Amino acid sequence: MTAAEVGLLRAVVVTALIAVGSFFLLVGTVGLLRLPEVYNRLHATSKATTLGAASMFLAGFVYYGPGGTGLTSLLGIVFLFLTAPTGGHVIARAAHRMGVEFYGDAEWPWALEDEAEPEAD
Amino acid sequence: MAAEAAAATGPAFLELAVQAGLLIASALTLLAGYRVVRGPTTPDRVVGLDTIGTNVVAIALLFSFATGFGPFVLVGLVLAIIGFISTITVANYVTEGDIVR
Repeated sequence: MTAAEVGLLRAVVVTALIAVGSFFLLVGTVGLLRLPEVYNRLHATSKATTLGAASMFLAGFVYYGPGGTGLTSLLGIVFLFLTAPTGGHVIARAAHRMGVEFYGDAEWPWALEDEAEPEAD
Repeated sequence: MAAEAAAATGPAFLELAVQAGLLIASALTLLAGYRVVRGPTTPDRVVGLDTIGTNVVAIALLFSFATGFGPFVLVGLVLAIIGFISTITVANYVTEGDIVR
């Protein structure tokens, strides 16, 4: 599939979405490098980086139009928004089970050995 | 580049934005490699690899814009799926010590 002629308005929207995506990717990676421990880094990457890649997918939808490839881009957005929180949750749980300490004096609200969330009184 | 012969005919600023985005995403992928190499704990490395995966998805999409070759969007989608599966697998391996139970 060869891309058609890209009109001016469409090019402006694609450029804006690429700029937004690059910004969020930049923010996420700076957070990955600068934050103090694994939970904070996860917080930075799982939201900001996902938004960046989703913005790129949206740029793909605008670029290719509502056809086959554009619909693939929309599917990519749905997939990213389903999988990124799941992956972040799994990594955080693995880190907690490994015994990685929280930063500062933050602590888990209940004991890990109980496994399940305690019943509300 | 030979690939640019097939590039879509768009305004010059779109070309510039795609090239700049490719540059930024590639640099960020390299920087995330620092966390993979130096990360003090294993989950740090997993988070770094996850970020690299997301950045490579963005690179695939931007490359598809640069060349006007639509199926590269599918490459990005498949890379996202592989990244998700590998993250789940590594996290499972770290906690359970076994992949298949």
